[in-house]
Amino acid sequence: MNSTVSPSGLLQLDALLSDEERQIQDVVRKLMDATVRSEVHHWYEQGRAPIRELANEFGRLGLLGMHLHGYGCAGASAVAYGVACMELEAADSGVRSLVSVQGSLAMYAIWRFGSEEQKQRWLPGMARGEFIGCFGLTEPDHGSDPASMSTRARKDGSDWILHGSKMWITNAPLADVAVIWARADEGVRGFVVPLDTPGVTVREIKQKMSLRASSTGEIVLDDVRLPQEAQLPEATGLKAPLSCLTEARYGIVWGSLGAGRDCLETAIRYAQERIQFGKPIASFQLTQAKIADMALEVQKGFLLALHLGRMADQGKLTPEMVSVGKLNNVREAIKIARECRTILGANGISGEYPVMRHANNLESVLTYEGTSEIHQLVIAAKLTGIQAFS
Amino acid sequence: MKIVVLVKQVPDSGAERNLRAEDNTVDRASANNVINEMDEYAIEEALRLQEAHGGEVTVLTMGPQRATESIRKALSMGPDGAVHVVDDALSGTDALGTSKVLAKALERLNADVIICGAESTDARGQVLPHMLAERLGVAALTGARKLTVDGSQLTIERQTEEGYEVVTAATPAIVSVWDTINEPRYPSFKGIMAAKKKPVETLSIADLGVDAGEVGWAGAQTTVKEHTKRPPRSAGQKVTDSGEGGVALVDYLSSEKFV
Repeated sequence: MNSTVSPSGLLQLDALLSDEERQIQDVVRKLMDATVRSEVHHWYEQGRAPIRELANEFGRLGLLGMHLHGYGCAGASAVAYGVACMELEAADSGVRSLVSVQGSLAMYAIWRFGSEEQKQRWLPGMARGEFIGCFGLTEPDHGSDPASMSTRARKDGSDWILHGSKMWITNAPLADVAVIWARADEGVRGFVVPLDTPGVTVREIKQKMSLRASSTGEIVLDDVRLPQEAQLPEATGLKAPLSCLTEARYGIVWGSLGAGRDCLETAIRYAQERIQFGKPIASFQLTQAKIADMALEVQKGFLLALHLGRMADQGKLTPEMVSVGKLNNVREAIKIARECRTILGANGISGEYPVMRHANNLESVLTYEGTSEIHQLVIAAKLTGIQAFS
Repeated sequence: MKIVVLVKQVPDSGAERNLRAEDNTVDRASANNVINEMDEYAIEEALRLQEAHGGEVTVLTMGPQRATESIRKALSMGPDGAVHVVDDALSGTDALGTSKVLAKALERLNADVIICGAESTDARGQVLPHMLAERLGVAALTGARKLTVDGSQLTIERQTEEGYEVVTAATPAIVSVWDTINEPRYPSFKGIMAAKKKPVETLSIADLGVDAGEVGWAGAQTTVKEHTKRPPRSAGQKVTDSGEGGVALVDYLSSEKFV
């Protein structure tokens, strides 16, 4: 046989990364090999992952809030953060979600909109993985339309009283702290809420068919009394939580690519070894066409993600650009996962291979952090000047 | 405590490695060059000593220009700085010549403890620690699976095929380690980003007072005259089980010291 390359080696796109970025990618890949890859299908089956242990391990490395500066964070580039997300999600989307929610949602919200006191209190511990954070924007009745949120914040003397509920909150069942968004008379406001505050209850959402190596919950806020200092002083209006989502979506642009790549690598290996009609199924032209087409999408997705990363590092990244990346890369990743499942045949549905797990995970990734449909509307609004959802 | 770790860049032992037809040296140009695996354990041990006893950890490498990649990787794990001996005249240097150059560099560094891997995955000679100890006139504590430090007293457990020996020496000394000694850390992201700002001193053989005739092809005391590829594996030994198969298997495994 001629010498082969991996799907990511096809165009030698690694050459576009700096030594530092490649080294970070390499370290995360090794960590995933050592701690996640061989275990994650058990976690998935049991619907339970050792999230605190993972958070501590990730904290030691500097993964949590790695793209933020100061307060114990690593201060890495957006591209470095991207390649880390890619390697995390090549292991499992749920594991990448843990890092995204901690770093891009909870920590970013405090880092960007918090008081100095809030940053000092929470960020170093969150960077080490000692405190786990979550982010409460979505509600049972308000998903794509967060402006209609029902959770209310009202003043009582100098205190705030929060009332309402938040749904589909990653990390909530084991989190120490939540960034909660609520509507006050003066508009949407953010609050840093320790989850042991009286009036807060968290319920774990069971029976998920996706992201089973991740913990998801509902947060109920029953007249929760918070001091004025709990409010994020710099967050005024819905723009604040939406900017956090842009951060997290950027990680998904890279992450989903990792899940797709892992499926494709698995399918190629399988096709080389699986014998039908007396030869490896990789010999059949239909299989070869599938493999070639998928490899194209992995390469194009990488170029797209890298472009967004370089724009982010130059401070030029816009929310529409991130929508392009999220829409394309997640949509292609889930197509790749499903196509790879066909190459693996019946073995494709087995937990012994990562493909079905990735496919199921990507169903969530397609929807959370802005559904594909919302991203289509964001992109088309930019192109036509007409907003379809206002 | 001043600790120096010897780090060698080698071709990745996980990939196919070749010797060059023209001069019987390792083909480094086409290989993926990495830190010698055993040296990562040496770096980890040095960092643990530093964490427990304070002081400074310096990486010492002799190798071509591209060895700087491995030096930066070594620094990303946590050492404070590095010395890189790089000189065109060093091409073709054998183990004796290497020990001469490294000994000169080590004299300048004045280390209390020198730590290195027990062997490199390319040459696998295991001779360098002994040569360095001889040249420097310090103790050689080689093949360690454990190292403890009490003041200026070093104690190792030297791994042997049958068990281990306890060996002690006073500083300064050279310690070579096996991969049983610890579990090397992953470089943290802060470490990776800090590595490029750490000082790396570059020295030529002239800086070290070594004459070009003593090293390289000219100074080599040993040469590789020819090389051939290892023949493909021959068929193994078959044991036909007539009730005693298990015993034959255990006998074989114990004779080969697998159990």
